[in-house]
Amino acid sequence: MIPLAEIRGLRHAFSGHVALDDVALTIAPGIITGIVGPDAAGKTTLLRLLAGLLRPTAGEVMVLGHDMARDAAAAHRDIGYMPQRFGLYEDLTVAENLSLFADLHRMPADLRRERIARLLRFTTLAPVTGRLAGQLSGGMKQKLGHACALLARPRLLLLDEPSVGVDPASRRELWAIVSDMLAEGREEGMGVVWATAYLDEAERCGSVLLLHEGRVLASGPPADFLAPLEGRVWRLAVPAAERRRIARAIAPLEGMVDVAIQGDTLRLVRAAGAPPPDAAALGGSSVIATAPRFEDGFVDRLADGAPIQPAAIPPVRPPADGPAIEVRDLVRRFGAFTAVDRVSFSVARGEIFGLLGPNGAGKSTTFRMLCGLLAPSAGTAHVAGQDMLRASADARARIGYMAQRFSLYGELSVRENLMFFARVYGLGLRARRAAVMDALTRFDLETVADSVAGQLPLGVKQRLALAAALLHGPEILFLDEPTSGVDPLTRRAFWSRIGALADAGVTILVTSHFMDEAEYCDRLAIVNAGRLIVTGTPAELRARVRTAAQPDPTLEDAFIALVAPPAGAQAA
Amino acid sequence: MFARVLALVLKELASLWKDTRTRMVLLLPPLVQVMIFAYAASFEIRNVPLAVWNEDAGIASRDLTARFTGSPRFTVVATPDNPAAAATLIDAKTAAAVLHIPQGFSADFAAGRTPRVQLLLDARRSNTALLISGYAATIITSYALGTTTPPLALETRDWFNPTLEPQWFILPGLVAVLSLMMSILVGALSLARERELGTFEQMLVTPLRPSEVLAGKAIPAVVVGLLEAHIVVGAAVLWFHLPFAGSLVLFEIALFVYMLAGAALGLAISAFARTQQQAILGVFVFASPAIILSGFAAPVENMPPGVEWISRIDPIRYMLIIARGVFLQAMPAEVALTAIWPMALAAVVLMGLAVVAVRRAVS
Repeated sequence: MIPLAEIRGLRHAFSGHVALDDVALTIAPGIITGIVGPDAAGKTTLLRLLAGLLRPTAGEVMVLGHDMARDAAAAHRDIGYMPQRFGLYEDLTVAENLSLFADLHRMPADLRRERIARLLRFTTLAPVTGRLAGQLSGGMKQKLGHACALLARPRLLLLDEPSVGVDPASRRELWAIVSDMLAEGREEGMGVVWATAYLDEAERCGSVLLLHEGRVLASGPPADFLAPLEGRVWRLAVPAAERRRIARAIAPLEGMVDVAIQGDTLRLVRAAGAPPPDAAALGGSSVIATAPRFEDGFVDRLADGAPIQPAAIPPVRPPADGPAIEVRDLVRRFGAFTAVDRVSFSVARGEIFGLLGPNGAGKSTTFRMLCGLLAPSAGTAHVAGQDMLRASADARARIGYMAQRFSLYGELSVRENLMFFARVYGLGLRARRAAVMDALTRFDLETVADSVAGQLPLGVKQRLALAAALLHGPEILFLDEPTSGVDPLTRRAFWSRIGALADAGVTILVTSHFMDEAEYCDRLAIVNAGRLIVTGTPAELRARVRTAAQPDPTLEDAFIALVAPPAGAQAA
Repeated sequence: MFARVLALVLKELASLWKDTRTRMVLLLPPLVQVMIFAYAASFEIRNVPLAVWNEDAGIASRDLTARFTGSPRFTVVATPDNPAAAATLIDAKTAAAVLHIPQGFSADFAAGRTPRVQLLLDARRSNTALLISGYAATIITSYALGTTTPPLALETRDWFNPTLEPQWFILPGLVAVLSLMMSILVGALSLARERELGTFEQMLVTPLRPSEVLAGKAIPAVVVGLLEAHIVVGAAVLWFHLPFAGSLVLFEIALFVYMLAGAALGLAISAFARTQQQAILGVFVFASPAIILSGFAAPVENMPPGVEWISRIDPIRYMLIIARGVFLQAMPAEVALTAIWPMALAAVVLMGLAVVAVRRAVS
């Protein structure tokens, strides 16, 4: 079989910074080739090289028989490229976007009609052809982007993180669409490259290139990658209240490669040749063998030495009585549209509480009301005993907030950023110095204290953002998808810090549609179509959807089953 | 309260200074514009290309022509001998004006009758035509006076700018225009930039109150505007040797009030803009008409009454009065006050607008 593309000895550097080094890759027709890796691993650069938008610093990129360094134009006709933020024209309707792309490819009228009709059916966008692209939800925009990229029926389809920012249900749909398209184009020798930061998506690919910091960590079919882990992955059932303490205690033990919290179980990866874990000795009730996941393999390959143990955190100021967050009949309307409809819940002090929901379900709106960024239309929200409706400065002084995107000042140094927030939070001169010093040590930022924040690696930026959010010792910490896109090791380090904070009495409210983050929560609330549909521990949510056919559902299975839209709600 | 505002001010100034591109935007325009306006944009005209169509053969016409040839204002480029040739010269812009001396000029002159000459002007550039006609009139009048005993002599003294240096007119205007543009720009970019970079919400969840956000964002804009103004003042006094005849205190007070108005307008624009690009467009929409209406180039007195009335809400107009006043004369305080109070009013109104806009953006 002739490969669609071949890369040999590739190296790419931007003004001194090496984005890709020593990369080799063969893209076969008929399958989805996954380019998998955390943010800043070099995925986008690799895709842009394949699309001929960049010239490699060294090495060879051959696509459809053309050398992309010299002859990219010849290959362009047969390449479909969907960049991370697809260039949809937001002021045009769905139909107008599609016909514009058909015009750009100079498609004959009958072919165009047939293809557009088929793509609309595939993507279930047919009912909304008259709607402006800018008014579609995130998931629907992605689907329209796919449709536009697939119009000309490329032989090589390059998709750059199509599933980023899309909820699990829509992610599954996107996979189905691309798989169907591939099945249809297989005879013509079509192939797909799918870049993603979600390691779980790697398992669904025909072949995988795992990238980390610009280098190839593994390449080949996913089964090859997982084979060395067979028989080494276990799940240890532990008392929910003790899970973080047990995880911390057993992580440094001999033979333990990885300990990750997964609801009320701990996921253990043992070193090759190490004996199976002993549940009783580790403080758990039972242990069962489980199938390895891609993430286990990633950690297995990259983990060196003992996992990071966060320094113990002194308990926060003596908590007052009552719940940390108390929400009653919270409503938010935007014009005639009710985004949040009579939502009530309460969060105990020291609890890690997750707010989950599909795109556009109202979870972000709820979250924003709780941090005082948005005024509710009706209902009450008490945060740290303060009425958030008044969003007083006093109430805000008692919360910390970490946005999804890095949202500190990129042009200032790490120290200047911390100083700014220390001042804004009203810390006196001495308290300020002490808090900044402490944050630099506690979050391992001393070596980069005087570096410009915007140029730090993602994981370090994230530590800085957390340090800034905690400078003033808040009682409640709000996290908005704090670890989406980071590598599993960084995510573990982050959550072990969060766990230590919770144990010290800080209440954590997380919003996410990233199931790995949900696993770390003590309790979850799922919001759908503006209503709170269920609250419970991760184990309780899984138990709700357990059936004979699905005896051990994942949290993602539970999420998808619980938010299954009622018929006819598709267009919303 | 004070500590939080200070934190924001320090952060803003550090951000402006640390970003190389922003630093260039802040430092280059005053220097470049001072040079461009002072050296390139001059209202004065030298070496006007003149065609002389002389149909008179007498001595008087030769003498008059010689006065034009000898003047540094004019260069005789052609001597057409018929109306068509003269018209062609103007059409082709070879000559900006044609001096037509008709037959019998010298004869009339000698006989004591009033002789007539004609000046044909290219009025496609009307301002230039006006200046040329003025220069020509001066030469013709002085020739006429020189040949007879003047019954009345006009002695001209140009007050405040005795040698009529164009820079003396332009540079004080630049102080007003440039400083306002910069304070508006810094104000306009402040919130829009935070919003675009995603730092806005991070700021909003801190205990900063809307009033503190407003103060913390307005002060850097005022500071930058003041800095720009003083760069131009420095260049004007040290490099171009403009007199600074008026009261510095008066100037500083007026400038401060004026900068408050600029910062407030910038913040109001910023609160409505979602991106920095929109903010810059907003500044542009304000700036072009405001500069034209201010009297920076064309005097407000020459504007039609309706337009002149609109120009009264333009803060640049008042700062121009002050700047030209204190640079070129010892402007009396009571005269200055008549220009300061409208600026103070504008500052108060615009601050109110900014408060409303920022509150709306913040909550």
